[in-house]
Amino acid sequence: MSTHAPSVHHAEAPKGFIRHYIFSLDHKIIGTQYILLGLSAVTIGMILSVLMRIHLGWPNAHIWGFANGIMTPEDYLRTVTMHGTLMVFFVLTTVPQSGFGNYFLPIQIGAPDMAFPRINMLSFWFTFLALIVLLSAAFVPGGAPISGWTAYAPLSALGEIAGPGQGLGQTLWVTSIALFCAASLMSGLNFLATTIDLRAKGLSLMRMPLTVWGWFITACLAVLAFGVLLAACILLLLDRLAFTSFFIPGGLSVSGQLVNHAGGSPLLWQHLFWFFGHPEVYIAILPGMGIISHVLSTFSRKPVFGYKAMVYSLSAIGFLSFTVWGHHMFISGMSPYSAIAFSVLTLVIGVPSAIKTFNWLGTLWGGRIQFTTSMLFAIGFVSLFVTGGLSGIFLAQPALDLYLHDTYYVIGHFHLIMGVAAIFAMFAATYFWFPKMFGKHMNENMGKVHFWFTFIGVYCIFMPMHYLGYEGDARRYSSTESVHYMTEMHTVYLFISIAAIITASAQILFYWNFFMSWIRGKRAEQNPWHGTTLEWSVPTPVPHDNFAGHFPIVYRGPYEYSLPGMADDYVPQHLAPELVARSK
Amino acid sequence: MPQTIVTEELEITGRGGAAKPPSADGGGDDGSFGASAAIPQRIYVTGITIAMGAILMFFMALISAFIVRKGVGNDWRAFELPRILWLNTIILLASSATVVLARRKLGREDREGFHHWWAVTTVLGLFFLAGQLIAWRQMVAGGFYLATNPSSSFFYVLTAAHGLHLLGGICALLYVGWLRLHKLTLATATEVASLYWHFMDGLWVFLFLILLLGR
Repeated sequence: MSTHAPSVHHAEAPKGFIRHYIFSLDHKIIGTQYILLGLSAVTIGMILSVLMRIHLGWPNAHIWGFANGIMTPEDYLRTVTMHGTLMVFFVLTTVPQSGFGNYFLPIQIGAPDMAFPRINMLSFWFTFLALIVLLSAAFVPGGAPISGWTAYAPLSALGEIAGPGQGLGQTLWVTSIALFCAASLMSGLNFLATTIDLRAKGLSLMRMPLTVWGWFITACLAVLAFGVLLAACILLLLDRLAFTSFFIPGGLSVSGQLVNHAGGSPLLWQHLFWFFGHPEVYIAILPGMGIISHVLSTFSRKPVFGYKAMVYSLSAIGFLSFTVWGHHMFISGMSPYSAIAFSVLTLVIGVPSAIKTFNWLGTLWGGRIQFTTSMLFAIGFVSLFVTGGLSGIFLAQPALDLYLHDTYYVIGHFHLIMGVAAIFAMFAATYFWFPKMFGKHMNENMGKVHFWFTFIGVYCIFMPMHYLGYEGDARRYSSTESVHYMTEMHTVYLFISIAAIITASAQILFYWNFFMSWIRGKRAEQNPWHGTTLEWSVPTPVPHDNFAGHFPIVYRGPYEYSLPGMADDYVPQHLAPELVARSK
Repeated sequence: MPQTIVTEELEITGRGGAAKPPSADGGGDDGSFGASAAIPQRIYVTGITIAMGAILMFFMALISAFIVRKGVGNDWRAFELPRILWLNTIILLASSATVVLARRKLGREDREGFHHWWAVTTVLGLFFLAGQLIAWRQMVAGGFYLATNPSSSFFYVLTAAHGLHLLGGICALLYVGWLRLHKLTLATATEVASLYWHFMDGLWVFLFLILLLGR
């Protein structure tokens, strides 16, 4: 084919199960490993959330897995910590970026693999090790830590004296996160070098699919943010193990004992943590934004509306994410002037976010929309992004945040925009790319049932939480029973718990669909959605070096759908101009 | 008028095929990979540049913590920096000069000279690390341990973090010096290693100034 440069050599896949599937250097295997790791983590995280909801809805219910079937307040906090840590780090950070990104970024830019395959493998195994270390915290004396995924000092810095799980459990938590930081740094480095240097001939920056832009900007954030968390984790470990006083203030009395530390600043931890933590929430959502743009365009059979605006707004969100960490700390006693600065900068993020939403709707407008499961999840993402984003504007006001901070309002907000929206992007990506990854189609009917249960379910779970937040119900309380005004809201808790159980159960459909389709789904052709980007130009299963030695040349932008004068309603990026069929 | 022909960059991998070049309506720079299956050498330079950015963020976080912690507590106790740090700094600066010399020799195809100056750089690096350990001993002799005071805590954390990163640099120097690498690979490997080495040098000067002025 004249669209391809001549073959130079064709790398062979390594033989042998271990080299091929376990310690693989192939980005596709590593991507799949990340996705399966994320699937394991999300399963545990979801079960933990259901246990919490059962306890909140029916406080006297016997719950499997706890001593005498009773979830004590400490057990509840352990569950909160493990749920948050698993979901934020090992699902939201891992799957959209390291999972789908690893699998599809090299193919979409026409590269045979990541720039540094060994570092790629190393970053997966660091992530795996981090997950094992984290989970092991649940099985050591004292159990898992109780300080939440943010591990605020001094609670996280004091050791055993601070409560059950704050001994060895918390040490394992910090170690796990430090390992995860190292893994993410290596992975981010790989993504950046690959995108900068290994793009196919003709694939200029403004011809990259928006998925690649999403992964690229996310990798920038990861490389700049995870080093800061790593530094914070090292200081925290030293406070815990080497008796330094970075985060522990003087004169602190805990459980009736005076702590032998002096002068440290708990707020220092918050600053370091949130300087990482706010970019982190964009690390979770930016790959999703790229995926959603990609899916919306494909199934609307229209180019992405305002491609350049999409790229610039993505970059603007990435940049601004480093300037707003203070909005997590409005109640920390910061100067009102700082609060105003952080508040205004936070509100500014609304501008690029609005541009993105407008452009997503613009992409849908007038399109010949195909309501596949993937498309439904993409539209669901836009809905959740708007809903969750609007409550963010409320929280960005210091005066309102003083009231809403640490209430269920915050929980509702970040679960919609960061948790569920990113999960919807993962679902959209799974249904979309499954045919390329496994050569089979997922069952569309089952997928649509799964979508509607999940979509309505998550709104039933998280919208009432905003109401609970207005009423002042505090987060992380293990029971509504001891606080009078919370008791009166119990019906709402019950409603949320029932919705959560139904929604979680509906996910069984997804697991069933995923694994059964993998085994015996309907065979998929090479380009089932009639997509334009390079991943659809290669056969399924994708060859070991993606292009079997025939590296593509790119002739046009990524979303050339429904061009006037063309025979087909899509023109692939790699098709030479003389081969494009024109209508008569 | 004589015309000078400037080649944009060294063609490391020959570009085969006479495919029609894509039109440049995309904007931005053009991707250029793909005419050959060989991975271009410049990914290593890109990689180390990104890694240096990430490492810089890591150290900036520690330095911000240093500045904040000094400002908030009233327990900060200044101490005398070990005098040997001055000597260590000179040694490290000298090693940056020798690494430049080594690369210059390599550019003139003088392999022996290259290996000589490369080995000198490695030895200077090891001297620096030994000097840092002596500085730690002097701190301990002065009664300043890791947990004695936040000032000494930060001293140990910053020097240890820098020392570990520099140890990575020494491993790179040894790796490059030991292996009989192919010419092109050697050119890239020395470039990457020396970039990192200069970075470690500059980072140390920065940390030294911070410790000197902020202790």
